[in-house]
Parts: sequence; structure tokens; C-alpha cells
Amino acid sequence: MSIDLSVWEIVIGLEVHTELATRTKLFCSAPNEFGGEPNTNIDPLTLGLPGSLPVLNEQAVELAIRVGLALNCKIDRSVFSRKNYFYPDQPTNYQISQFDLPINGEGWLELPSGKVIGIERAHLEEDTGKSTHVGGGGRIHDATYSLVDYNRAGVPLLEIVGRPDLRSGDEARAYVSELRAILVAVGASDGKMEEGSLRVDCNVSVRKHGDEELGTRCEIKNINSLRSLVRAVDYEAERQIDMILAGERIEQQTRHWNEDEGRTLKLRSKEQADDYRYFPEPDLVGLAPSQEWIDRVREALPLLPAARRHRLCERSGADTAQAALIVERGLDDLCLAALDCGADPSRTVTHAEHNLSDPKALELDPEMFAKLTKMDADGDLSSTQTKTVLAELVQLGGDPGEIAEAHGFKAMDSGELDAVVDQLIAENPEQWQRFCEGDPKISGFFVGKVMKATQGQADGKVVAGLLADRVPNAAKE
Amino acid sequence: MSSAIDIAASVQSGERSALEVVEEHLGAIAERESEVHAFNLVTTDHAIAAASAVDELVAKGGPLGPLAGVPVAIKDNLCTRGVATTCSSKILEGWVPPYDATVVTRLAAAGAIMVGKTNMDEFAMGSSTENSAFGPTRNPHDLSRVPGGSSGGSAAAVAAGFAPISLGSDTGGSIRQPAALCGVVGVKPTYGTVSRLGLIAFGSSLDQVGPFANSVAEAALVCEVIGGHDPGDSTSLPQAFPAVSEHLSDGVAGMRIGLITEMMGEGIAPDVAKRIRAAAEWLAAAGAEVEEVSVPAVTFGLSAYYLVAPAEASSNLSRYDGVRYGLRVEAPTTGEMMELTRTAGFGDEVKRRIMLGTYALSAGYYDAFYGTALKVRTLIRRDFDKAYERFDALLSPTSPTTAFSFGDKTADPMSMYLNDVCTIATNLAGHPAMSVPYGLGDDGMPVGAQVLAPALGEVAMFRVAAVLEGSLA
Repeated sequence: MSIDLSVWEIVIGLEVHTELATRTKLFCSAPNEFGGEPNTNIDPLTLGLPGSLPVLNEQAVELAIRVGLALNCKIDRSVFSRKNYFYPDQPTNYQISQFDLPINGEGWLELPSGKVIGIERAHLEEDTGKSTHVGGGGRIHDATYSLVDYNRAGVPLLEIVGRPDLRSGDEARAYVSELRAILVAVGASDGKMEEGSLRVDCNVSVRKHGDEELGTRCEIKNINSLRSLVRAVDYEAERQIDMILAGERIEQQTRHWNEDEGRTLKLRSKEQADDYRYFPEPDLVGLAPSQEWIDRVREALPLLPAARRHRLCERSGADTAQAALIVERGLDDLCLAALDCGADPSRTVTHAEHNLSDPKALELDPEMFAKLTKMDADGDLSSTQTKTVLAELVQLGGDPGEIAEAHGFKAMDSGELDAVVDQLIAENPEQWQRFCEGDPKISGFFVGKVMKATQGQADGKVVAGLLADRVPNAAKE
Repeated sequence: MSSAIDIAASVQSGERSALEVVEEHLGAIAERESEVHAFNLVTTDHAIAAASAVDELVAKGGPLGPLAGVPVAIKDNLCTRGVATTCSSKILEGWVPPYDATVVTRLAAAGAIMVGKTNMDEFAMGSSTENSAFGPTRNPHDLSRVPGGSSGGSAAAVAAGFAPISLGSDTGGSIRQPAALCGVVGVKPTYGTVSRLGLIAFGSSLDQVGPFANSVAEAALVCEVIGGHDPGDSTSLPQAFPAVSEHLSDGVAGMRIGLITEMMGEGIAPDVAKRIRAAAEWLAAAGAEVEEVSVPAVTFGLSAYYLVAPAEASSNLSRYDGVRYGLRVEAPTTGEMMELTRTAGFGDEVKRRIMLGTYALSAGYYDAFYGTALKVRTLIRRDFDKAYERFDALLSPTSPTTAFSFGDKTADPMSMYLNDVCTIATNLAGHPAMSVPYGLGDDGMPVGAQVLAPALGEVAMFRVAAVLEGSLA
């Protein structure tokens, strides 16, 4: 990328829509289920039939409160409004949403890096149906006809509006990951971006470092993965900087991320604000959750990812990146339980970080995992052997001691290893010379040879140590 | 024709069969419906089947509801399962709801038998039933005159003896004004006491379903049957409908009743005002303390109403777009299809109000129009509350004039809107009010007296209405 980040600052604010994991829709008893034959999860309200009326789903409100509390939001009396616009997948041609009085006000979220990102609001609204345009290019303009599936219409959404506090694509990715982890942790959503349970609209603007004013922003839609998010931010920032450098004015636009072409394309200009003619929804009454309800929800909240990371760092000495990964994989409880069984903290963290990506690792017996880390730390097994035993432990369970024995693993006596190393140095004087001169590529040559000679029973780190010991002092200086 | 109460008693006792009752009313409909045009649809087969079912229940020894065998006419903006429901609009012509409105379910559970869907101003927008896409309803007392509106068909059906009771809806006077013009009783209950589920919305924060009947007692009974909490309507109040029937003979001795000054002066026809003063005197003679009282904010009612109701309507009616149900005018693109469908499907008055409401909600105008109208609502409620500190109920004319002739007010929408000047403030306040016939005007047409009460003040309201009714006996 050609952006000079010492000059330019990228400013990103995300709007994340998450479908709430309720049994039924936001305002009726039609089921909230993904998939299914088109137009089967419907009822009179879903179709906007005359005479139908909305009744607010209590479970959706509770999930919204859970998310609000997890994001440190102020939970307030809220009002539903109608957002009026004509579109065939919106059955009443208005969306019931929250406008000036959202259920969750100001809050914040802490990234694994420790940076705090502001949350402006997180409000409830209903989802729309889905249009399929048949014929032509699959777009509404040139389609022969369009089909509408109302299964998704009325599904509860929580729109989480973040402050423009993010400064890079990677930071934006970290924010969405963290938000997703929180949503999953509190049971509000399954967090599946590919099924549309989590949808990210991304506002990007650029300015020079030190500028007070924000630049004109563009909103990017159709971001379907974390990877797309990073790519879209980078592309868009570069596009805007190029325009500014060329002396052009940035127009406020809604842009579409095209994954295949790797670029954003203009959907429409936003210079003139849409007039949605918001007004309070007269079919619903104000929503004012009681303090007792809020307190009850707060007490039942599970431990959130940030707290899990802090706890793991404290107990195991893991660094923030390690803790983030381990918590994301849901392995922190296992690690802590293993530590309770006397596991070696450093080996526990290392294995959780590198060798436990298989989902079956979540079922590991902490006591057995602890035992393995001790064998590893005590040098009873080489690192290759440890990996083999751990893999089997994850797949089949059992006792690491017995597994090691069954494989005939035991760490080599250091005397034996000394002999092997000495012999190899003698046989390969040219390579040894290069090793002594500090050629980093040659180290693997010797370790590999030792491993081959010992049939993998040697510990790579120990071998590296033995080799280093043999380098003449003069060469080291 | 017998009253609903007499019919239910005779069906319950086995003196008459429900089928006999229904056939008698279907006969009356056959005789006069062609000149009155109260109905968009007469549900003959449905009525005969329902009557037979009631009779079977009688044969089995019950249980029978309080309206067993009583024919009822239903305004065509209330959803009836399997029976076309049009709102007297071309845009909904042929649409058949898959469900019953809560009030329809409750009437059927009480044993009432639907004989037809009544004509109305399109989407309940109007005061004469002249805005129906299917032709106007005529006033049974004088076929050259309007029956009022928007529930003109329901009022005319009761006045013509097609059914002893009927249901209407009242957003700004749509039950009370036609009741007055047709010489029957009409009730607009407290907002939230009768479910709106299945009522096709016009102005959601103002709409309320209520009955027409030939007597206060019948109207009271219907209110008790259809009213009470409905979990399917979020604006439904938690309690049962006030027990009005048991207080109908309580009289008004000791009650304080205020005659609303603002509704007795300019714009009110002298013969109508004269009847209302006579009503006030009768109440005083019956032992009530009657005084004039000023409720100043009601004079802003009309202006506020014509912002709030059209604003809500513009949104409520946006669903009629040709995509899912009702009329569709085919066109090359979705946008054009919606536009042509709405252009062809809606009548002029509906279009006028959609435009008015869209404008009132637009960015930059919201505060000046809709926002201000909401403040006026608060003012009106406050002024009423102040009056109700001193009075148990208030009295006024229901309509400024008796029934007018066809075409009299259609050229000038404003003159039509002024017809609701006495009824509108009640809807903005969410309060109950009812119209009781109180004699005739100089033209020999019925005059209606309006009795108003505070929210949930139906008991006081019905006591006053019963005494007024008694003076004519």
C-alpha cells in the first residue's frame, strides 16, 4: 500500500447490525430462523397485512439490554419510530426502528490492545425481507422480474453505532472481532457474518495528522468478512488520498465493496440527506425497562472477553496477543483449570496458542493437559514428541505418560546427544565453519541432522543449545 | 324490529330461533338496501350458517352469549376472516383477510351474527360516506341526504332496521357524527379500551372501534362485549371495559355537567343549538347541576387533527403498493408499478390526506407541523382535565347541522372538515364520547347530543346518555 501513514490519518467508524438470537420476530410470533423455504416464516404482521399490529418481543429487549450492559451503555427509556421509505422487501414501506431515543445510549468497548473505542448507541429495529432480481444483470434496474422472500422481514436487529475512533483496517478488524466475541458471549447472536447475522457498514474518511476537522466520509456496504473489511478500508483510504492529492473534492457517498475486483464502487451520493419522515410509532408504547430488570440481567451476564483476557494474563503471564487468541478460541477456562492442576504456565500458554486450534481441544481434560506441560517443561519429552502426544490427547484422550510410553518416547540422555552432535560437526566441517560465522540458515541443517540421527527423540532447543556451546569464543565476538 | 337485548333473550329462551331472526333482518335488507346502500357486502350464507350454529347450541342447552342470535353489521375496515374487506377502496377490492379483528371474534363469541360489511368513506376519510369508491350510502330518514361518515353504512344499517347493532370506527367523529345524522346512538370509547387489532388503520393514535344501536342500553352491552384488554394491541389498556350496563338507571341527580361554550356559538346551526340547550335543561330537571364551561383549546382541535391524522395515515397507507395484495397496475419497473397502482387505487380525498401528511412529516417541517400538533394535543387534554375537575361529564352538539344533501360539501373539503368540529377534540384527548338522538331539527332530521367524559369515565357518560334518552320516551 502506498499510503504515507506518517502524513495521513485514516478515520473509521463502524455501524454493525446484528440479528438477535430470539425464538420469534421482533413484533410478532413468526419464527426467527435462518434459511427455510421462502415465505414460510411469516404471519399477517410480517406481510404487513391491513389490520395487523406489532407487539414487542420481550426476549429481544432482554438481549438488547445484555449487549448494552456488555458495552457499558446507559440503558434508557426508549421510543420506537417509523422510518418511511418505499421498497418491496419492506412489507409496510416503513421500518420500525429507534430514532431519537435508543434503548442503549453512550458506551464503550476495549480492544485487546487496550485501546478504548466509543459506542454512540445500540438500538433495536426490524430487518427487511430479501429481494432476488431475476434476469438481466441480477440488479433491480435491468431485471425481468423480482422475487421477495419475507422470512427475514421483522427479525430483530440491534444496530451498534461506533464512534469514529478507529485508525486502521486492522484496528477495525479487531473491533469487529471483539464485538462479535461479546455478542456471542452474552448469547445475543451467533455472530455469523456469512449468514448475515452480523453486518458491517464502514464509514471511512482521511485527514492529515493534526487536523481538527474530520474529512468527508464515505460509507461502504457489502462487507462480508473480516478480511474484506481490512481490504475495503485500505482501498477506500487510498482512493480518497489519491483524490485529495489530485486536488479533487471527496463527495459523501454510499459505496459498494466488490470483493472480486477488490475495490469500492459508488452506489449513490449522500450529499442530500434522505428524508425518512421519522415519527413516533403510534402502534407501540414507550419502552422503559425497570431498574430491577436491568439489575437482574446485569447479574446474569457471563464473564466478557476483556475480563477473560485480563484474568488469563494475570494467572499465566500470557502477553496480550496470546491472551486475545486463547480467549477467542475459548481455551482460557481450560488453561486456568490446568494451572489449578499445577500446569507449567509458560508451556500452557504456548501450547494453547500454537497447538490447540482443533475445536476438540475444548474437551481436553485439564489435569492431563497440566501433566503434559510438566513433562514438557521437565524435558521428559522433546518438543516434537510433546506435539505428538498432545495431538493424540486432543483426539483420543488418555494419560500423556501412557501415550508417551506407548510411542516409546523418552528424551535422550544428554551424554548420548553430545556424542551425536560432536560426530556431525566432525563430518561436516564446511557447514560448521559457516555456523560459527553466524550464518542463520545453517542452524536448521544441524538440528535436522540430529533429529534424523535420533529419530526425532532429541529436543530441538536442547540441540540448538549444544551447538551454541561448541562455537569457539573467538567466533562469538 | 326488536332490540338486541330482546332478541338475545328470546333466542336464549327458545322463543325464537336465531335463523328466524336473521331471516327477518335479511328480509329487511332485501327490501330497502338497494335505495340505502348501507352494505358493501351482505353476508347471507355466512349469516345463515352462523344462525344455525347458534340454534344448535340452543338445542344442546348452551352455553349462550349475551348477544345470542343478534344480527350485527360490521364496518368494512374491520378484518373478517374469509370475507372480503375493502375499506371502500379500489386498492383493497377483492382482498380477503386470513383473520378476524379482535372485536369481530368477541362479537361472534357472544353469539352475534354478522349480516354484512358496511359502506364507509374510503379508509374512513370523510364525513358523508360520499368518498366510498363503491357509491354513497343514503340516509334512511331522507334518501336525498347523507348519512354522515365515515361509518355512514353502519349508522344507516341500524337506522334502517337492517341490524339492531353495528360496529364502526371513530378517528375524529366517524361514529358519533353519522349516529347523530341517522338518529341512532353511537359510542367512541376511551382510547385503549377496545382492541384495534384487525381494524385497518387510518390514524393509529386516534382510531377507536365502537358500536351503533337504537338504544343506550344496547350500545352499553356491545361495548362490554367488544371492550377489555387485548394482548395483541400494544395500546390496549390492561383493565376490563367499565361496567356501564349496571349503572344505566342511576340517573344524574347530583352530577355536575358542563355545556361546552366553544361548541354552542358560531358555526352551530340554531335549531341544533336549541335542541342541545333543551337537553341541558332536561338534565338539570333530572337533578344535575348544569353550567356552561369553556374548554379553550378545543378550538385548535381541527388544525391539530388535520396534521396528526394525515401524518399517521400517510405512513399507514404506504403498504398499499401492489406488491403483496390488493390492486396491482402492471408497469415495467417496481417503482412505476407502485405509482400507477396507488394513483389508480386511491380516491381524491385519500390522496389529499396522504400528501398533507407526507408534507407534515417532512424534514424541516416536522417541528412546525407534527411537533406543534402534538403539543396542541397536550393542551387539549390539559384543558379537558381542568374542566373535569369541576364536571363529571360535558355536553355539546355532536354535529353542527343535521344531515346535509349529497354534493353540498364535496366541492369544498374545508366545509366538510368543519362537520367534525365538535367531535375531533375527544379523539385528540383519547377520551370517550357518545352521541344520543335528541329530537329533530327544523328540517325534521335527527339531532344528536354529544356526551363527553374523562378517560375511563364511561359510567358517567352512559348515565347522562340514558337520562337524555329517557326524556324522549
